[in-house]
Amino acid sequence: MKLTLRIWRQAGPADSGRMVAYEVPDANPDMSFLELLDVLNERLTLEGDDPVTFDHDCREGICGACGVVINGQAHGPRERTTTCQLHMREFSDGDVIDVEPWRSVAFGVVKDLMVDRSGLDRIIRAGGYVSVNTGSAPEAHATPVPKPIADTAFDNATCIGCGACVAACPNGSAMLFTSAKVTHLNSLPQGAPERSERVLNLVEAMDAEGFGGCTNTGECTNACPKGIPLDSIATLNREYLRASLGRK
Amino acid sequence: MTFFKLGDDIADTRAPDVPIEQRWDKRRFDAKLVNPANRRRHSVIIVGTGLAGGAAGATLAEQGYHVIQFCYQDSPRRAHSIAAQGGINAAKNYRNDGDSVYRLFYDTVKGGDFRARESNVYRLAQTSTQIIDQCVAQGVPFAREYSGLLDTRSFGGVQVARTFYARGQTGQQLLIGAYQALSRQIDAGNVEMHERTEMLDLIVVDGRARGIVARDLVTGQISTYLADAVVLATGGYGNVFYLSTNAKNSNASAIWRAHRRGAYFANPCYTQIHPTCIPRSGEYQSKLTLMSESLRNDGRIWVPKKAGDTRSPDQIPEEERDYYLERIYPGFGNLVPRDIASRAAKNQCDLGRGVGPGGLGVYLDFADAIRRLGEDKVREKYGNLFEMYDRITGEDPYKVPMRIYPAVHYTMGGLWVDYDLQSTIPGCFVVGEANFSDHGANRLGASALMQGLADGYFVLPPMLGNYIASSKFDKVTEAHPDVVETVNEATGRLTKLLSINGERTVDSFHRELGEIMWDECGMARSEDGLRKALGRLPELREEFWRSVKVPGTGSQVNQSLERANRVSDFLELGELMCVDALHREESCGGHFRVESQTPDGEARRDDERFAYAGAWEFGGTGEQPILHKEPLNFDYVHLAQRNYA
Ligand SMILES: Cc1cc2nc3c(=O)[nH]c(=O)nc-3n(C[C@H](O)[C@H](O)[C@H](O)COP(=O)(O)OP(=O)(O)OC[C@H]3O[C@@H](n4cnc5c(N)ncnc54)[C@H](O)[C@@H]3O)c2cc1C
Ligand code: SF4
Ligand code: FES
Repeated sequence: MKLTLRIWRQAGPADSGRMVAYEVPDANPDMSFLELLDVLNERLTLEGDDPVTFDHDCREGICGACGVVINGQAHGPRERTTTCQLHMREFSDGDVIDVEPWRSVAFGVVKDLMVDRSGLDRIIRAGGYVSVNTGSAPEAHATPVPKPIADTAFDNATCIGCGACVAACPNGSAMLFTSAKVTHLNSLPQGAPERSERVLNLVEAMDAEGFGGCTNTGECTNACPKGIPLDSIATLNREYLRASLGRK
Repeated sequence: MTFFKLGDDIADTRAPDVPIEQRWDKRRFDAKLVNPANRRRHSVIIVGTGLAGGAAGATLAEQGYHVIQFCYQDSPRRAHSIAAQGGINAAKNYRNDGDSVYRLFYDTVKGGDFRARESNVYRLAQTSTQIIDQCVAQGVPFAREYSGLLDTRSFGGVQVARTFYARGQTGQQLLIGAYQALSRQIDAGNVEMHERTEMLDLIVVDGRARGIVARDLVTGQISTYLADAVVLATGGYGNVFYLSTNAKNSNASAIWRAHRRGAYFANPCYTQIHPTCIPRSGEYQSKLTLMSESLRNDGRIWVPKKAGDTRSPDQIPEEERDYYLERIYPGFGNLVPRDIASRAAKNQCDLGRGVGPGGLGVYLDFADAIRRLGEDKVREKYGNLFEMYDRITGEDPYKVPMRIYPAVHYTMGGLWVDYDLQSTIPGCFVVGEANFSDHGANRLGASALMQGLADGYFVLPPMLGNYIASSKFDKVTEAHPDVVETVNEATGRLTKLLSINGERTVDSFHRELGEIMWDECGMARSEDGLRKALGRLPELREEFWRSVKVPGTGSQVNQSLERANRVSDFLELGELMCVDALHREESCGGHFRVESQTPDGEARRDDERFAYAGAWEFGGTGEQPILHKEPLNFDYVHLAQRNYA
């Protein structure tokens, strides 16, 4: 396949950045999107050009490191797929493909397609955990957890922290990400004692990081590679309300 | 020509000489304690935030130590542990199916083909039950039954169901648990977390580990971090093969630099090759993807009987197929251990019966399972794996048999540690896949997650406390000549890489290294092949330092420079792996020497000559390494040849 990639190039946070076009004459339909970038980078290196910087690690759709906007869609056209798991057979010979970094007030560009997502970590640090020191845990079977509750917790715990939801949201909101953590921990009996503090602290941290508000556009869940549902946002809102009333 | 020198034997002097089930209690009782009020004054560096490092960081911080922690990713949650699929073992015996601490210990020693230290393995089995308790309390959503109790399954050739799991994402869920515990300590100010920061070297002062040199991967700034002890939790080195199931950036630099500073490297040639991975599709292939081994419970493995048969699988009638595992190993069939299944696939492909591009693949067929159980049932069990396969290959495994091929997956070798998990450099502790400790020559499925968390949550903390309580720490400053020298060396190395400006990319060297390692130090190793590799590797290393091209500068994000630095270490490590493989003239676990096999082609151990762990001392770049043998005693599990026929 012959493709034209128009890639966002930005030397650093201070640079204003621009789209640059590159021809890739020898793309293969079985390549992943990141392998396409690898092939381009090998060539740029030999030509004395600066290779394109992008985050990646597992290349299996689980670490959450990768993620670019492809033709305006976070993680590209295929549903429930991270950029590393997107293959070139989703595209056609002759296509022109725009490749841009996550864009959001809370995510600054570090270089080219690499952004700073540390705000998501700071949300978790504000209370996305159960306060149990090593060694102090009771026997695992002391508290049975009904299967449907365990399944809901699991579904929400599959969030990979990639930030596609933020990138896809017109407001740059991190509601889907935050609600996944609140739903994961607040549904479980182990998370119950800190339930109120957790939701209040997470939402406060989310606002402090400069993420936007949620207006229910649903773009986040469409972009989410793990299919975190909008229901989780409803759960967060319910938990928040409950906690705010309780606190007064 | 020999490639090494023989040094003195080495021994673990820390495991107490009492019956095996009392050793860990006794060791903890004998260990010195640090007064809680004094812990704040002691700082500990932890490199790595995977299961081992994440668990260690959270626990030491909870105990009151000041922790300074590092990872190269942009978030500690992305460590390679996140990718583990299958599950984690623990001797809970919830099923009442005859499991016990002793059985887990026994299975692990035997599965490791009698090349692991009994004391360590026993402790691992003992600790396993506490891990599950801890993780459940953190909110790790393990699979549950309708009763609300935890579900388990059997995994990797054992006869009890002791594997706890969270769908196909067990590593992710366990790591998120550790990451959350670590996040809590970061928020409390007890852990100083440095993301996107890569350790370049270990600082050793007066014979003890006192800090690291690290590079900020965003600004390029090279800094020193000083502490009372250093813990390496940097994972495995499977990427020496270029193509492996490891994360793309997994590397050996931290342990290799520690090795160069005096830490012995044990059993580097013990690598695990996983039988069920998706075959490579072309030259551009950047990594390989594992398909969980649970697929072998219902899938049947076969190749066409005729070499070079290019018919599509549905055109090959039943009688022209060879279900070779079922034929050769009627007892275990498709469920033989990983090393055996991998080698059998290679043998079939060597006979020209492989399928798919380049003939490097065998079929894993679910047609029978679908007939027997119905498509819905198969979907319920393996749906996410089938979808992943479809996504990567564009083929639908409900209709067409999967194609699989073995790939490098795990490294049992690593830095040598004693029972306290301390390397031969005092104050430098090594946990998780980075050490060599518990799996001998072959790791059982679902045991790496167990070991990483056992090390991090339960074993390291009291032993590190003992080290701190028994040592006096003179103040070390950045002006100390040993510190200055280490910084200069690390900086000089990067400057050199940037200045070569040759004509070959880093990846082209890495690929070539990977091919040599895969061909000569992969699934089957021969004296001739290893000698050939040992002739070629030093040339490749020299060529690298003469003609690698690393664009850009050191004072910005420079992913080519990061890779070049890692590959320079892989080139040296690859050589040591081949020396180790050449010297070990026996077959054991993941190490198969073609000269040492039974008449029917099975691995043959040589316990007379090789019942030891081989711990290598660095002899200088391009100089011969020095072998120190740690004799292994089997007082509890008696030496016996494995037999899966
Ligand atoms: C695909 C796959 C599936 C697996 N499935 C299973 C399974 O089902 N069950 C099982 O038991 N095991 C499984 N394993 C093995 C298991 O996942 C690993 O052995 C284990 O997770 C390793 O954990 P770790 O903490 O030692 O290291 P890792 O998780 O690899 O973490 C390494 C850490 O070190 C950091 N680091 C490395 N070098 C540097 C440096 N120079 N400077 C700074 N930081 C550095 C990294 O940033 C990272 O944080 C699987 C492995 C793979 C590849
Ligand atoms: S909610 Fe989905 S899109 Fe958002 S960070 Fe998590 S996995 Fe990514
Ligand atoms: S590289 Fe890990 S999710 Fe894509």
